[in-house]
Amino acid sequence: MTQYIIKRLLLLPLLLFIFSIFAFFVIQAPPGDFVTSYIAELAASGSSMDQAQIDALRAMYGLDRPMYIQYLKWVGRIIRGDLGVSLDWQRPNLELISERLMLTVALGLLTFCFTWAVAIPIGIYSATHQYSFFDYFFTVFNYFGVATPTFMTALVLMWLAFQYFGVSVTGLFSPQYVDAPWTWGRVVDLLRHLWLPAVILGLDGTARLARIMRANLLDELNKPYVEMARAKGMSEWKLVLKYPVRLAINPLISTIGWYLPLIFSGSVIVATVLNLPTIGPMLLRALTNQDMFLAGAIVLIYCGLAVIGTLISDILLAWLDPRIRMEES
Amino acid sequence: MSSEQRPILSVRDLKTYFFLDEGTVKAVDGVSFDVYPGQVVGIVGESGCGKSVTVRSVLRIVEKPGRIVAGEIFFRPRKGNGRLLEGSQDGYVDLARLDAQGREMRAIRGAEIALIPQEPMAAFSPVHTIGDQIMETILLHQAVNEEEARRLGIERLREVGIPNPEQRMEAYSWELSGGLRQRAMIAMALSCHPTLLIADEPTTAIDVTTQAQVLNLLRSLQQQHNMSIIFITHDLGVIAQIAEYVLVMYLGRLMETGPVVDIFHHPLHPYTRALLKSIPSVYTRSRTFLPTIEGSIPHPFNRPPGCPFHPRCSQFTAGICDQKTPLLQPVNEQQSVSCFLYHRRAEED
Amino acid sequence: MVLGPDAATRISPAHEAPLKIDDQASEIMIAPSEGAEAFYVAPNWKLVWWRFKKHRLALVSSVILMFIAIVALAPGFFSTQDPNATNAKELFIPIQTLHFFDEGRLRPFVYAVVGQRNPKTLRMEWQIDQSKKIPLRFFARGYEYKILGLITTRIHLLGPASPEEGERIHLLGTDRLGRDQWSRLMHGSQVSLSIGLLAVFLSIILGILLGGISGYFGGTVDLIIQRLIEILQSLPPIPIWMALTAALPRDWSVERVYFAITVILSLIGWTTLAREVRGRFLALREEDFVVAARLSGCSQGRIIFRHMLPTFASHIIAASTLAIPVMIINETFLSFLGLGLRPPAISWGVLLQEAQNLQSIVLAPWLLLPGLAVIITVLALNLLGDGLRDAADPYH
Repeated sequence: MTQYIIKRLLLLPLLLFIFSIFAFFVIQAPPGDFVTSYIAELAASGSSMDQAQIDALRAMYGLDRPMYIQYLKWVGRIIRGDLGVSLDWQRPNLELISERLMLTVALGLLTFCFTWAVAIPIGIYSATHQYSFFDYFFTVFNYFGVATPTFMTALVLMWLAFQYFGVSVTGLFSPQYVDAPWTWGRVVDLLRHLWLPAVILGLDGTARLARIMRANLLDELNKPYVEMARAKGMSEWKLVLKYPVRLAINPLISTIGWYLPLIFSGSVIVATVLNLPTIGPMLLRALTNQDMFLAGAIVLIYCGLAVIGTLISDILLAWLDPRIRMEES
Repeated sequence: MSSEQRPILSVRDLKTYFFLDEGTVKAVDGVSFDVYPGQVVGIVGESGCGKSVTVRSVLRIVEKPGRIVAGEIFFRPRKGNGRLLEGSQDGYVDLARLDAQGREMRAIRGAEIALIPQEPMAAFSPVHTIGDQIMETILLHQAVNEEEARRLGIERLREVGIPNPEQRMEAYSWELSGGLRQRAMIAMALSCHPTLLIADEPTTAIDVTTQAQVLNLLRSLQQQHNMSIIFITHDLGVIAQIAEYVLVMYLGRLMETGPVVDIFHHPLHPYTRALLKSIPSVYTRSRTFLPTIEGSIPHPFNRPPGCPFHPRCSQFTAGICDQKTPLLQPVNEQQSVSCFLYHRRAEED
Repeated sequence: MVLGPDAATRISPAHEAPLKIDDQASEIMIAPSEGAEAFYVAPNWKLVWWRFKKHRLALVSSVILMFIAIVALAPGFFSTQDPNATNAKELFIPIQTLHFFDEGRLRPFVYAVVGQRNPKTLRMEWQIDQSKKIPLRFFARGYEYKILGLITTRIHLLGPASPEEGERIHLLGTDRLGRDQWSRLMHGSQVSLSIGLLAVFLSIILGILLGGISGYFGGTVDLIIQRLIEILQSLPPIPIWMALTAALPRDWSVERVYFAITVILSLIGWTTLAREVRGRFLALREEDFVVAARLSGCSQGRIIFRHMLPTFASHIIAASTLAIPVMIINETFLSFLGLGLRPPAISWGVLLQEAQNLQSIVLAPWLLLPGLAVIITVLALNLLGDGLRDAADPYH
């Protein structure tokens, strides 16, 4: 078990290396560089710089050096915790991101919990009541859940809430809490705003997960060990929960590996529509404004979050399934 | 009549049908038999003949869309299981009338009637330890605490000849060899000292040498506890080794019943004869073709009218066998046969 | 209870059963019904078709998809206006509901709209004028367009009966630039569908190539490709796509951006298909009929193309069908965020970009309608894909 976790942990630096190259590529990709964008920014506000100033700026950021030196310098700065300065916001990137990172993670985790809390019972019900009214109902619901782009759900709910209740469901805090320090009241206020985005973001995943759970459980329900448990005289719901459900959930654990990245991925869009202060809309703004150091840093963070998710799912799976535990050690 | 002469299980005209979209499959279609205390009854037949569904009906674990549509399953529970016997005068409960998932039926399953399945590998949950699954049965039916249940579980494992039972309690089924796994399964089935054991092809999935060991083990446990066993197999050799009384089944109906000696030495039904002929023997000349039964089992939706065996029967009489269905009738002291070669009694419809 | 075929037909389910087996079958089986007998000897594709026919929803979906495909092939024919023509005098016109019957006869018409400027907001406010009908006709003459870039014509499925008099209709209203939403929706289907198809096509090529290599060679190559797939799958796709599309030069032509986005989408999309291919390859390699073919001396090529591919192809088709809606949704996401296709290209995502904030939706809720097109198409493709997937394995 420990050996297995260590093996997984050893893979981390390699992954981070690959991701950092990718993030660096993102930074380098647009034509021109940081300074060109800066000049454009200045030009937009009506001022300009002479060539000497431009060269000085380039030298300061090492933009006149070969690519790999630039990369190493960038990585070096990141390791020291310096993510650069945002042109657009005129503030250090680290500060900008860390403010919003917590909310991003909170939204992701809440969505994840919502998905599992809803999808597993639906999956169990549908499988044990196959072809019943609610099984069909959930099947239809699932198809629509998968087919509806998250931003559509967000837009429609937003519109309905405004049209019929006159409330605005955007943002994560009530006005009095937006810039307030963290207090208990602020946390409660956050949760009151956070659940709706979490539900919207989780609908697609809930639908998928419920379908997988239903299919897995249907497979397991036909296994001889279920009949054996029945032949022992166990009561039906007790045996279903103890054996087939337990076995049907195991493969679901491995879906965490791709589901968490998808939540973070989808939150970009939902957060943009609902105007949530997470790193998603910030990435969009950074990309459209060519604020590339900020964009690169955010992409790197997204990758990091995803990798942590995969790691957690791997460890959980090994912990829950003795077969995998044995195989790996 | 002393209780020893009265059957522990008496199945009367049992019919279990499967209602599928494509039609109704009459998996068990009017089966009657008795099992006496301490008796080993073997059910033989080709795959798909309804042997498994018969015993699953007795245990009331037939899966949807299967359902018992007619018949009685009289079972005589132990004296201690008194609650079951309310309203019954002769000490029998009709299992077919009980709620399949109700408390009464569950008190019988596992405690009084136990099952040994075909594939022990698949019948143990791969993510629960063997000990956990054996203790579960004990805790379900006996008023003991967990510690006591563990002790009893270890005792059972030792009884079936598993070395290091304390350690095996913590093992997973896939960590054991095929033979040990089946032994563990037997230990689980016997954990509450059932009076009737149902063994559904328990030796099919294991190799021949282990097979013999498992059969011997079952035989000795049966004598030790004076259990009754219903033993299902398609292997006539195994039947000869273990059974005292034999039921020959074909397409959901009994073709012939009788003591094992009579069935083997004096088979009456053409189907039984054909089955016996197709056993390889060391006495026949080598390199000759084994006789086989002509044709194959009909499609379950297309049961032939009349005697189910008539299309493959070598002594088929046109106008009779394909018109009427023969009833199972005693034709001598020991045997009963459902064949018009021996009697004229047909099912009335 | 399982109606499995006997071992003889299982050995090569991909083959059409030769007559000889057929003859034997009727001898061996005493009383099988016609259906059962046909089942035992049917070739693979027939079994797939029989199973597929049972999925009513999948059948309905394929009919719907055929309609959508026809629209996507000739969007101009179904349009009523030039999709990119702006009209400052016709901003945010609401939906003009299409009426087919006038006084009990098939005479399609819409009611006219009249605009009045609100003196406070200075905005045009449109009212449906029930007193004035605009008569329509089928195969009406309208603006000039090309079908598949080949045939130039002015004939449209539906249009105002007398366009010379300046009568215009907006079946789904107009947007902030006065562009006709219905015509834009028709044209958007072309891009949205084709981008999905093309991206899946590229994914299949990548997936079959890498998945096949992985499954065929095994060992280190397999390990490396599997790790690559794992890494790509553990990444959050949307931020990556956003970053990549944002990197596309601004001065690229519409066609280049279109193609680049397709490539970007398939760069991550191939992993699912590659896994599928590899899994099937590994599973099939161990199947009895493949082993039997190998033992009877079939060449490697014959085993792959004659024995493995036919059983395999249906799975790939099913998996690809299920991959198309994912691509369509992803393109919609990117364009919605303003990072995908750029005007004047029209896709459903580009249309939905107009409905990005609360103000526009409150002002013009009909701007959300392209979302319905996305939902219907994705739903139909998913149902079709599920039907195909279930049918793909007729032996289970």
